[in-house]
Amino acid sequence: MNVWLLIVLCGVVTFVIRLSFIAVEGKVIFPPGFRRLLTFAPVATLTALVIPDLLMPQGMLWLAWDNARLMAGLAAMVIAATTRSVLWTLVGGFVMLGVLS
Amino acid sequence: MSRFSQSHPCNPIVPQQPSSPAASPPADHPARSNFREFRAGLLAVAPLLIGVAPFGMIYGALALSQGLSPAAALAMSTILFAGSAQFLFCQLFGAGAPALIVVAEVGLLNLRHALYSAALAPQIAHLPRRWKLALAYLLTDEAYAVIARREALGEAPGPHRHWFYLGAGLGLWGSWQLSTAVGVLLGARLPTDWPLDFALPLTFIAIVVPLIRNRTMLAVAAVSGIVALLMAGLPFKLGLLVAALAGMAIGWRLAGSIR
Repeated sequence: MNVWLLIVLCGVVTFVIRLSFIAVEGKVIFPPGFRRLLTFAPVATLTALVIPDLLMPQGMLWLAWDNARLMAGLAAMVIAATTRSVLWTLVGGFVMLGVLS
Repeated sequence: MSRFSQSHPCNPIVPQQPSSPAASPPADHPARSNFREFRAGLLAVAPLLIGVAPFGMIYGALALSQGLSPAAALAMSTILFAGSAQFLFCQLFGAGAPALIVVAEVGLLNLRHALYSAALAPQIAHLPRRWKLALAYLLTDEAYAVIARREALGEAPGPHRHWFYLGAGLGLWGSWQLSTAVGVLLGARLPTDWPLDFALPLTFIAIVVPLIRNRTMLAVAAVSGIVALLMAGLPFKLGLLVAALAGMAIGWRLAGSIR
């Protein structure tokens, strides 16, 4: 498929998802189960994206102290849990990665 | 607690009344308040640029390395305007994935935006359609995080708050386009010993970790993470799809059994 067509298609799908509830607010009532399912979408999708990135930086499982990405990622998780700040999580994670590698 | 924080991702979203302008403090000159809100939105996203800038630059370089033209790489940033999905698109495109798989995975990855849409919807229900379209287009993880955080801090949501949303959204939009363009311009000349790509996991860690506030959410994260590792060998990153669906299914199941 033409790459431009594919980009537009993905863009339309994304825009429709973003508009979904905004567009139908007050007009459509969704089954409660659907909203419950959506509640888990950010954690489910983003964790599935992040975990292999930390544990398999070279395509294979690398569970060791000298995996700098894993250690910096764990440090970032602690910072995120304590500060709840995107800024400090990024700064701390980058600094840790720099120190460790 | 403000109305917005009640509809935070972790809580069930309760139907809400649109805001009544009468509930807000008497405004001074409206245009000035609009500008003040807009500027507050811009300032609120400024600290996030430390993540957005390397993210956008590395995206631009990745897009070229996966065979996209500079024009297509830049256009994707305006048409899709979703960092993680753009990354995924490039990787799948480079691997020669079928179009259906690309659209399905981008759709699933961005499904979380429906949740942000549901949280924002009551706040902007009273606005004209052009505002709704614009704010929907600008709705990203980072924009949502900034909006939710401001409301959670207990700042009284005033009648001009949509200008705050617009400021936050446009601030992120502008910096995304700019950093993408820098990445496309530099391309392969980006220094490879800078771990710019680490901005991705860091950004998502910063978004996900504060959401894990109960055992159900922890189970969702654990299942998605483990399944993602187990399925990492699947072609075209289909493991991501399986892992995300497995995580959502376990959350749905656990939350349902509690009720």
